[in-house]
Amino acid sequence: MKNLIKALAFGLATIVSVSALAASGGVKLDHANNDLTDKESLKNGFKTYINYCLGCHQLQYQRYNRTFKDLGIEEADGVANYMYTGEKTGDHITNTMPSKEAAAWFGTAPPDLTLEARLRSPDWIYTYLRSFYMDSNRPFGVNNTVFKDVGMPHVLQDLQGVSSLDEHGKVTPAMGGSLTAEEYDVVVRDLTNFLEYVGEPSKLERESMGYNVLIFLFIFFIISYFLKKEYWKDVH
Amino acid sequence: MLTNFMAWMDKRLPLTDAWNKHLAQYPAPKNFNFWYFFGSLAMLVLVNQILTGVWLTMSYEPSGDGAFASVEYIMRDVDYGWLLRYMHSTGASAFFIVVYLHMMRGLMYGSYQKPRELLWIFGMLIFLVLMAEAFMGYLLPWGNMSYWGAQVIISLFGAIPVIGDDLTLWIRGDYVISGATLNRFFALHVIAMPLVLVILVFLHILALHEVGSNNPEGTDVKKPKGSVPLEEQSKFAFHKQYTDKYDIVDAIPFHPYYSVKDIMGVAGFLILFCWVMFFAPEGGGYFMEAPNFEPANGLKTPEHIAPVWYFGPFYTILRVIPDKLLGAIGMFSAIIVLFLVPWFDRGVVKSVKFRSKLHLFNLIQFSVCFIVLGVLGTLPATPTANLIGTIATFGYFGFFVALWFYSKNEKCKPVPERVSH
Repeated sequence: MKNLIKALAFGLATIVSVSALAASGGVKLDHANNDLTDKESLKNGFKTYINYCLGCHQLQYQRYNRTFKDLGIEEADGVANYMYTGEKTGDHITNTMPSKEAAAWFGTAPPDLTLEARLRSPDWIYTYLRSFYMDSNRPFGVNNTVFKDVGMPHVLQDLQGVSSLDEHGKVTPAMGGSLTAEEYDVVVRDLTNFLEYVGEPSKLERESMGYNVLIFLFIFFIISYFLKKEYWKDVH
Repeated sequence: MLTNFMAWMDKRLPLTDAWNKHLAQYPAPKNFNFWYFFGSLAMLVLVNQILTGVWLTMSYEPSGDGAFASVEYIMRDVDYGWLLRYMHSTGASAFFIVVYLHMMRGLMYGSYQKPRELLWIFGMLIFLVLMAEAFMGYLLPWGNMSYWGAQVIISLFGAIPVIGDDLTLWIRGDYVISGATLNRFFALHVIAMPLVLVILVFLHILALHEVGSNNPEGTDVKKPKGSVPLEEQSKFAFHKQYTDKYDIVDAIPFHPYYSVKDIMGVAGFLILFCWVMFFAPEGGGYFMEAPNFEPANGLKTPEHIAPVWYFGPFYTILRVIPDKLLGAIGMFSAIIVLFLVPWFDRGVVKSVKFRSKLHLFNLIQFSVCFIVLGVLGTLPATPTANLIGTIATFGYFGFFVALWFYSKNEKCKPVPERVSH
């Protein structure tokens, strides 16, 4: 019996570790270490998103004014610096790219990214945006180790520069970008941070409410314990 | 004023009488242990699901075009919508956790044995309807796992010979899962199933109070009238429906003793529940699966379609049987055998405490197999997983077969007449 249990446990452990690896497409993901309470980081990420991503990827479930409020951006400031195409502040963060044509251009329509951080995880986004390399077989000349044969060009190439793949299948350090590798990582971390925020704007509120609720429940538990004890004195 | 009002009411509706019969003067054995919390907790979760469900319905849009966006609308634009949604989604998983533990309690202490067979059947019907309710509810967010999970499960009915294809068409209302399926699942999820569920819970409790609660020792707290000297009877006052026919021993009124105890149970449960809900509402990807954060897409199959964890055991049984029809039969049999436990068990001793070592071992191996099947149900099918799953499937069904054989002439310890502590 003991051996059987051991065998079962071993089998399960193997399956669990194999499936964990399969979930990331076999690539080890780097930790984003982003911080949702860092408003400056979120603002930078928002800015990067507006400038580099929004042209193709909508945030169709998220509104401008909610984002301004949560990130601590004054409405006038937001309109001037984050909204370029004359939307109202109550509008969702969308673009005007026609999805049918987009599908023809890229092979598939660029997905909405509102929930990308929840679908793939922040670590995935952080690693993905730092894993482009030159591949002349692809339509835009780049491929990605995290998302093989991705339809998207390396939009941040001006910032990061160009990498290639060495003989071990590893991405080499990027050359010729306007940012150093460290600076680029910060840009990507901020962007990842923003996408995690957009994935669940109420996350911080949820956690802070959670602490209060748990404190209340612990006190309630203690009181209910003594209440029970008091009543049960009659029972023998 | 209040007394007058109650008197007026009591003349027209047996309010005080019902309160006494089912709460304040209901004789509950005094030795309920930890396992007896889960009945009241299941009730709590049911109320949570109904209340949060009502409020979610106010902002949810049951249509293929609008469902996914309306869930995000609830998460972002509705005041405390995220809280309602997480209470509901975490509640769904919590419901199954408490119900599985509640069922385990029944198996351990023989709470299905005569005269509680019908009580057990009502409980199993609740479990069955709960599974249908959860399955339909899972389609409503209209995420990609909602879509493909439903696709896989509904296609099972296609394995039935002759009528299979027509049946799946009838369930879906379309040739594939579509907005038509979503709309009918919404109707069933918010009206039909909850209504049936509430009626069944009512019957479950009514049947319980007719036969009386079992307890961890499986002894009877209701003795034949006149068989127990007065000083040995329970000193508490019970409703005459019970005392007219029986002498009550070792029992206490449900209210206030078990109501205050259950409040403590509720507080303990809520600590765990809120801890998950506020700090890990996705439940590590088990309560909310990652592919469900993209909208349903009939052209894009998730890499690995896994049902929600609570269907895991039954899904694994389906998967390890190579033939589709036999697999479906195996899966449904796994539920049917549970209905029949009162007749598989031919013993008279209820509690595992006084039954044979073999029975204890059988219960343990059954729970281990159930958990292993559940874990495997959420993992991709590999040859190793299939092998382990097959062994666990034999263990699952083996429990019932073995029980039938050994329970007839089982060597049990003597059961004490009275609760021993």
